This record gives sequence, structure tokens and C-alpha cells, in this order.
Amino acid sequence: MSDAPHAIHTLEMGGGTLKLGPDRPLRLDSGGRLDGVEIAYRTYGRLNADASNAILICHALTGDQHVASPHPLNGKPGWWTQLVGPGRPIDLDRYFVVCANVLGGCMGSTGPSSIDPATSRPYGLSFPVITIADMVRAQAELIAALGIETLFAVVGGSMGGMQVLQWAADYPDRVFSAICIASAARHSAQNIAFHEVGRQAIMADPDWRGGDYLKLGVRPEKGLAVARMAAHITYLSEPALQRKFGRELQRDGLSWGFDADFQVESYLRHQGSSFVDRFDANAYLYITRAMDYFDLAASHRGVLGEAFRRARDVRFCVLSFTSDWLYPTPESRNIVRALNAAGARASFLEIESDKGHDAFLLDEPVMAGAVRGFVLAAAEARGLEATVPAVDA
Amino acid sequence: MSLDPNLPVREDFREIARLVRPGARVLDVGCGEGDLLDLLRCEKQVDGRGLEISADGVGACLARGLSVMQGDADRDLAEFAPDAFDYAILSQTLQAVRQPRQVLSDLLRLAERAIVSFPNFGHWRVRCSLLAHGRMPETHALPVPWWATPNIHLCTLRDFVELCDDLGLRIEAAAALREGEPARPMDSSHWIENWRAESALFLLSRTRHAAEPAERGDLFG
Repeated sequence: MSDAPHAIHTLEMGGGTLKLGPDRPLRLDSGGRLDGVEIAYRTYGRLNADASNAILICHALTGDQHVASPHPLNGKPGWWTQLVGPGRPIDLDRYFVVCANVLGGCMGSTGPSSIDPATSRPYGLSFPVITIADMVRAQAELIAALGIETLFAVVGGSMGGMQVLQWAADYPDRVFSAICIASAARHSAQNIAFHEVGRQAIMADPDWRGGDYLKLGVRPEKGLAVARMAAHITYLSEPALQRKFGRELQRDGLSWGFDADFQVESYLRHQGSSFVDRFDANAYLYITRAMDYFDLAASHRGVLGEAFRRARDVRFCVLSFTSDWLYPTPESRNIVRALNAAGARASFLEIESDKGHDAFLLDEPVMAGAVRGFVLAAAEARGLEATVPAVDA
Repeated sequence: MSLDPNLPVREDFREIARLVRPGARVLDVGCGEGDLLDLLRCEKQVDGRGLEISADGVGACLARGLSVMQGDADRDLAEFAPDAFDYAILSQTLQAVRQPRQVLSDLLRLAERAIVSFPNFGHWRVRCSLLAHGRMPETHALPVPWWATPNIHLCTLRDFVELCDDLGLRIEAAAALREGEPARPMDSSHWIENWRAESALFLLSRTRHAAEPAERGDLFG
């Protein structure tokens, strides 16, 4: 490994993994530090000559860096192709999009399933507890390594929205605009409660083995599946579930037993079992913990407006959905109130939808229109060209 | 982005655009689909923001690249920092809010100047209609029957001037409005205007004598 300021393995357009050199340990909120952190990322579109058209997309709890391209494990389309693509509101003909797997994740970035260089075995529970701010600190290293001084936009929904707020609070000079969708500036008691159910389900699985399952060649699949099933309910809404499944049965008649009689049961079981194929149980513990610890006001003397005091030149767009009971509209209003108090430029819209929290991932034309308009106006303010001129070879 | 030249610009918007200083920071309260903000952005290069209660209105504003928040004048004006704007605009909305007095003083807390327009219930047609028919008037400026109107706090020009006086606000300019006609500057203290003006538009500033801090104290007390 070289001793260059950023010892980068395969830092290239299209994607790769940034490995931070020995001179770049990642300082953590917990007081600890991580050496040799790796950040797996994807890029789309072309960076312009003055690196002014870069958009960072921050993924949610179980998301990953494959925002606009098929998932390498299951071949499913990118998770935000509704918003990100050529001609889409986040137009890949015009903007350079970066999306990185979060610190603590399991899609290539350093997390609890990574090999601890000290022991040459997976970290497991010896991995330090991380925070949303730690995730953002790792992203900031990547953005700097890519030669991007200021992000044209930081965009994210749910946990991605928390990272957006953290970016604006911690690096206001490196963010031109910010879009925070279906999110909150802190985790509520209800949010923490649901996450605790998921964590207990994982830890109650005998195959979890105190977090050492990887070393022992097993996986707590049942526990992780139950965690996903419980969480998935919180992403939907009562009307959406009713419309999709009602009391429809899987087969004719009841089984008079505990098979999946109802379609909704079968659906949830499928959600659970397909999730364990692509996600690591310990990563689930660490990332949910990071979300629970998130309280942006707490680190600013309890006043959320203080967090945005230096971000008053950032253009914000905050969006929520009427049927989202996980991050309900008052949470977004709370953010907007703080932005206004700080004198920042904030747009806010509550979008009518009965699809619950998951609406931010779905085809919601009002959301798409709002994002398109907001990004276009920001691009005009930043003086971006309508297309990125082709680079001479 | 530019205005559609085929669409007529409302005369009251023209008058507001005339009053606003170029490049100013402007908050349009009840901005609808953003027509006024767009006009001010194009013609006066303002740094404009909007507050709008309807999701459709906010969605339309965002789609045309305006900075707009979904919210309610009665509830959400308090969120803004003092002196966040140079102008706060309340166009044909004062009569529809629950607490007009509070809204008016909020406007002049968050902005140095306010531009406020409203239908004048003292207009001769309103008076004659009520006198002759004994029923709630329906006029150009008040086209909706009483049971469907959003207007819950109608006032006359004289009532408004009195409220401004009460709040210690200074009337810098006033104009009479009539649909489809250019705004006509008026002396709002003249009795005849309370008969003649179908709608009225006011440019207000914080105190009668802005230099005297004591009066500012009264306003915020």
C-alpha cells in the first residue's frame, strides 16, 4: 500500500472502493477510530470540468450504492430509478451522481462483517458503534478523493435524509443544495421501539451466536427475516396493506393451522426470506443503532436551528408523505421550522399518498415534479450547463 | 426561466412589482401557484420565497423552481426569523385568515415592509347591495355566496387604516384596485376612497417614525 494522502485501491468513475490510507484514520463519535476504512461506491453520469455538477445520493437503512443500476446479487433494478436516470429529475445527462454504501453496511464498505485487520477475522460485535455523522464523515473522504470540493446536491430519503441533514450541519460549505425526503432530525421513541424489536429478533436467533456467526459458519436468518418483516409493516400503511391484500387467502379455505393462510402473511415471509439473501444481521444491528442515536439538535445545545446556523446559504427541499407514520409530517415540519429560524432557504411539501413511508421509493409524480423543479432551479442558480460537454480524449 | 408573454399579468401584481425594490428578499404569503413570485423573480430579480396552504399550489411552485413552503399564515409565520425579509406580501388573503391582526404584526416582524391587499367592504356597491337587498353582497371583488366564501374577516378600508394605526404601522403608499384596470394611487385617509376603492393595496412599514426605537418596542410588546 502506498503512503499517498489517499491510498486508493480502485478509485475510478463508474464505481469502486476507496480505501483510506494509514494517515487517514476515521475518527468516530464514540471516541474510537477505524483504520483502513473502505468505502464502496457507484457513480453515474459525467463530472464536469470544474466538478460542480456532483450529486451525492444517500441510501436508507437497507439500501446500497446501486441507486440506478441493477443489484449485483439479485439483478433487481436500481432502487431509485424513478428519480435517477437519463432525463429523470436527477438527470444523468446533466449531473454526476455518487452513491456510496454507508459505513457499517454490508455491500462493500467497512462494517461488522469486514475483516478486522487486528485479528484477521470478521469484526462481529467488536466493530465500534457508529453514528450517522460517522457515515457522513466517511462519505466526505470519498467526495474529497473524487476531487469534488462542493456537492451540487445531497439527496436522500429516510436514513438517507438524516445523512443529508448531517451533511448540511457538518459541511455547509461543501453543500450547495439539499433534498431531505420522508425523514426526521431525530429518532422518536416509536422509531427506536420498532428497531429494538428487530434487534431482539436477531439476537434471539440461536444462530446469531453472540454476533460471532460468521466465524462459526452460520447465519441468524430467521431472526433477521423477522426483523425485516416487522420493519416492513412500518414502511407501509393500513390502507395500502388493505388495498393490496385485504383478507385474501393464499389457497381456497383456511388451513386451520399456522401456515401462511393470508396473502399478507405470505408476502411478509417472502420479504423476510429474500432480505436475508442480501443483508447481514450485524450490519442491521449497527445501522439501526446509528439511526436510534441520531438527534441532530442534541449536539447543538438542544436547538435544531443551531445545527443549521452555518447552513443558511444551502438551498433545502424537505418532502413528507401524508400516510408516512414512521417519519410523519410533523418531523419534517420540525426540520423546516429550524431551517427558517436559521434563516436558510427552505422549500417544504407534504405529498398526498396512501403508500406510507415507502412512497419515497415509488412512482410518486408530485415528488418527482418537486424534485425536478427544485434541482433545475438550483442548477440555474449554480450556473450549470444543460448537458455535460464531452471530454476530449 | 421566463414568464409566458401570452398570459395577462394581474394588475395588482403589476402594482406590487412596481413597489418592490430590485433584488429584495421577498416572502409571498398565500402564494398560490407562484404567479406573483415568478413575476417578481423575472422582473425584479428578487430572492423570493412563498408560503402556501394547498399541496397543489406548493407542488406547482416547486415544479417551476420557486422556493415555497407548505404552511398556514395563521400558524407558520411565527417560525421565521425577525427581519428575514425586506418585503412580506399578503395579496387578497388577509380577509381569509383566522387572526388578521396577529398575521399583520407577524408580517412586519419578519419583514421591514409589508404589501397587503384586500377587498374593501366599504365599497359603494357593497353598501348599496346590503342596503337595497338586505343580503350579503356579491360583487367583482367578493364573487362568492356567504356560505361558500373563505372570507371570514372582511373589513373596510377605514377599518384597515385604523388597525394599522393601532399596530403603529406606517402607511407608505396606498392604491385602489379594480379588476382589469391599472392600480390608482390614493390617499387612504380620504373618506371618499372608502366608497370608491373596490380593492385596496397598501405598502406598510414598521413604525410611523422608524428612527424612534421606543415605538418599535410598543409594536413588539
